Amino acid sequence: MSDMSEALARFGVYLRIAWRNLWRNRRRTAVILTAIVLGVWSMILLGALMRGLAEEMVENGIRTLTGHVQIHAERYRSDPVAAHPIRDPEAVTATIREVLGPGARWVSRVRVPVVVDTARKTGGATLVGIDVEREPELSFIGPDAIVDGRFLEPGEAGAVVVGRALLDEMETELGHKLVLLAQDAHDASVSRAFRIVGVYRAELEATEKQYLFVSKEAADGWLALDGAVSEIAVELADHRQAEGAARKLRAALVADGVGGEDGQPFQVASWRELLPVQRAVLDIFEGFVQLWYVVVFIAMGFGVVNTILMAIFERVRELGLLRALGMRPGAIVVEVLMEAVMMLLIGAAAGNLLGWASVAALAVHGIDLSAMAAGMELAGLSRVVYPVVTRSDLLLANGVVLILGVVVSLYPAVKASRFTPVEAMRQG
Amino acid sequence: MSIELRMAWRNVWRNPRRTWLTVAAIAFACLVLVFMLSFQLGSYASMIDSSVKIEAGHLQVQAEGYQDDREMRQVVRDPAAVERALSGIPEIEAFTRRASAFAVVSSEDRTYGALVIGVDPVHEPEVSSLESLVREGSFLSSTGSSSGTGGDGALVGELLARNLQVGLGDELTVIGQGRDGSVAATVLVVRGIFSSGIDDFDRSAVHMPLATFQEVFAMGDAVHEVVAVGRDLWDVPEIVRRLRGALAGISQTPPLVVLDWNELMPGLLQSIQVDLVSGLIFYVALILVVAFSILNTFLMAFLERTRELGVMMAIGTTPGRLGRLLLLESLFLTGVGIAVGIALGCAVTLYFQVHGIDVSGANELLARFGISGRMYPRLSVLSALVGPLLVLVVTGAAALYPALKIRRLRPVEALTHV
Repeated sequence: MSDMSEALARFGVYLRIAWRNLWRNRRRTAVILTAIVLGVWSMILLGALMRGLAEEMVENGIRTLTGHVQIHAERYRSDPVAAHPIRDPEAVTATIREVLGPGARWVSRVRVPVVVDTARKTGGATLVGIDVEREPELSFIGPDAIVDGRFLEPGEAGAVVVGRALLDEMETELGHKLVLLAQDAHDASVSRAFRIVGVYRAELEATEKQYLFVSKEAADGWLALDGAVSEIAVELADHRQAEGAARKLRAALVADGVGGEDGQPFQVASWRELLPVQRAVLDIFEGFVQLWYVVVFIAMGFGVVNTILMAIFERVRELGLLRALGMRPGAIVVEVLMEAVMMLLIGAAAGNLLGWASVAALAVHGIDLSAMAAGMELAGLSRVVYPVVTRSDLLLANGVVLILGVVVSLYPAVKASRFTPVEAMRQG
Repeated sequence: MSIELRMAWRNVWRNPRRTWLTVAAIAFACLVLVFMLSFQLGSYASMIDSSVKIEAGHLQVQAEGYQDDREMRQVVRDPAAVERALSGIPEIEAFTRRASAFAVVSSEDRTYGALVIGVDPVHEPEVSSLESLVREGSFLSSTGSSSGTGGDGALVGELLARNLQVGLGDELTVIGQGRDGSVAATVLVVRGIFSSGIDDFDRSAVHMPLATFQEVFAMGDAVHEVVAVGRDLWDVPEIVRRLRGALAGISQTPPLVVLDWNELMPGLLQSIQVDLVSGLIFYVALILVVAFSILNTFLMAFLERTRELGVMMAIGTTPGRLGRLLLLESLFLTGVGIAVGIALGCAVTLYFQVHGIDVSGANELLARFGISGRMYPRLSVLSALVGPLLVLVVTGAAALYPALKIRRLRPVEALTHV
C-alpha cells in the first residue's frame, strides 16, 4: 500500500517537473505546439472532407435504387429482364424479417430495360416499377425529388415520372405522352403509352437520364408479372453492416429452401458488389486518409524530436547533476517522455478542438462545388460536400500522433539519460 | 567566397544532428510534393489521353447544335471538303468520319436500345483505340460482307452483347429512323466484341461500317462527325484556330463548328481542376506543418548565440549584416533540404514511372476515366520544382522572423545573456 502511494507521489513530482520544464522556454514550446496543432487540425479537417466526399458518394449510390443489400433471381444480374423475376417475393421478405428482425426495411421493385419513344426522339432507358408509398423511405425518388408536376399515386396506371435530363434529351415535356417498348415476363414485345405526370431531379445527371418510374402495379400489369418482382432492396442501419447481412441472408435463403426461378438459388449482393466504383473510391480515400496522417506526423515528428533535443542539450549540466544526486537513468527517460507526452496532448487537444469547430462550421452549409458540377459528375461525386468525422478516424489520427510521438521521443529521452555526471560537468 | 557565406555555412554545421533533422523534415516534404505532383500530372495525362482515344478525339467538326441535340439531320454535308481542310494543317496526325443514330437492336431473344455508330474501317484505327479494344473476334473489315456469310459486320460492346445474349457470328436486327424520316432497317452479324472499361460505352454502342450506315440510314455522303487527332495535345488550340479559318469557306445550314476535346467531354477538365485544387490544399497544410516544425531550428540559431551575436555587434558588426548572416544560414539549411528532397523525390518518382503503381481496387474507378491497370507518375520540370519552390517560399518567410528579431538586439543586454 505504501509502495503504491510512494510511486504515485513520485509520479506526481515527475509530472510537476516535466510541466515546469515544458514552459522554461515558452516561445520554443509555443512554436512546436503550433506545428502539432496545425498538423492535428489538418488531419481531422482534411480527413473529414475526404471522408465526407466518399460517404456522400456511397450514400448517393445506395439511395439510387441500390439499397444496402439486394436480392435478385439467379439469372437477373447477367440478363436483367422481366423474364427473370423473383416469383414469390413474400417468401423472401418473410426470410428477411426472420433474419434481420423487425427493424430491417425493404422494398421490392420491377426493373427492366425499355426503349423510350417520343414524337421526336428514341432512346434507351430503364423502367422502374416502385412501391409508391414505401420507395421514398429508402431511395432518393419520392415527392421531394419532384420539381415539376406531381409524384405517382399508389396503383396508378398509365402515368410515368421522368428525370429532368431525360425530358430535355427527348425533347418532350410534362403532360405529354411517351411510348415505352419492352419485353414482358414471357419475352413477348409489348409497348404502351404513358403520360408524363412528374419530373424529378437527382444528384447525378446520369441518374436522371437512366430511370423512368411507374407504379409497381402498372409495371406488373403491363409486363404480365403476376406479382413477381425484379429485385428486393434491403436497408440497414449503416452501410458497414451490409456484407454481414448479405452473408446471413444468403445462408438463410438457402436453408429455408426458398428457391428462385427454376429452383435456382437467389443472388444476394451487398452494395459493395453492386457499386464497384463507389467501393473503390471509399477504399482509396480510406487509404489516402491514413497515408495523410502518417505524412503529416512525419513532418511534425522531426520538429518534435528536434525541439526536445534542444531542450535537453540546454540542460546537460542539470541532467548530470540529477544523475550525480542519484536519479536513475530510467527516471530521466520517464521525465523527458512526460514532457513529450504533455506537449503532444496539449497540441492534440487544441488541434482536435480546432478541427471539431471547423468541421462543425463547414457542416452547416457544406462546401458548394456546383461551379464544378460537370467535373464532379464525371468523378461520380456530389455537388455539395459535407465533412464527416467518424470515431475511427479520430482515434486513428490521435493515436498516430500520440503513439508515434512517444516512440520518436524515446530517442532524445534515452539520450538525456546517458549524460554521465562527469561529462556533464565538463561540458557546462 | 565572401566571408559571410563561409561563416553561415560553418554555423549551419555547428550542430550536425539538429541540422540533419531539419534537413530531413524539409527533404521529406519536398519528396512527398515532387512525387504527389508528378503522380497527379501523370494521371491527368493518361486520363486525357485515354479518354480522347476511346472516342472523342482531339477535336471534331460537326454541324452546329449536333453536340447537344444529336439530331439525325444535323449533318456535315460534304466531309470530303472538311478533310481537305484538315489535310492542309501539318499538326494533324489523322482523321476519320463517323455517323451515328439511336436504334432498336434485337437479337433472337432480346431487344435493347443502342447507339449505332458508322465508322470508317480503314481510318478509325488511326484515330481511336477502338481496334485495340476488341476482345473477341476481329475489327470491322473494309471489304464489308464479302468476307463472311450474309450481312455486314458489327462490333458490339461487351455489356450490350451480354444483355442481348449474342456471341460472334450471331445476327442482330437494327431498326431506326433514317435521315429523311424513312424506316431504316438492316441485319448485322456480330464480328467482334469490344470492352473499353467504360460501362456506359460498353453497354450502349454498336459499330458498323460507315458505308453501310450511310446507305441504311439514308445519309448519302453526309456524316455527323469528322474526328481528328493532332500530333500533340498542346497543338490542339492552334489546330482549332487554323481549322476555323479553313472551314469558313464551306457554307451549309446549320453551319459547321469545330469542337475541341474539352467541349466534347465537358467535365474532364473540371474534374482535373477539382483534383488539382484539393491536392493543393493538402500540400499547403503539409508545408505549414513543416515550416513550424523547423522554425525552432531557425530560432535556436538566434537564441543560443545571443552572447556571441552581442560580441559581434560590440566589435562593430551592423545588425543588418547579422540579419543577413542568419538569413543565409536558414537559406543554406533550406537549400540543402530542398536539394536532397528533390533528388530523392525524383529518384522515387522515376522508379515508379518505370514500374508503375498498382492502385489496388482502383480499376473500376480508373476505368471511368479510361485508364486501365497501373498508374504511372510523370516527372517533369514543373512537378519537380513547384512543390519545393512552395517550401522555399514558406520556410523563407519563417526564416525572416529571427533575422528581423536581431534588429532589436542591444549589445549590452546580449552580452549579459547567459
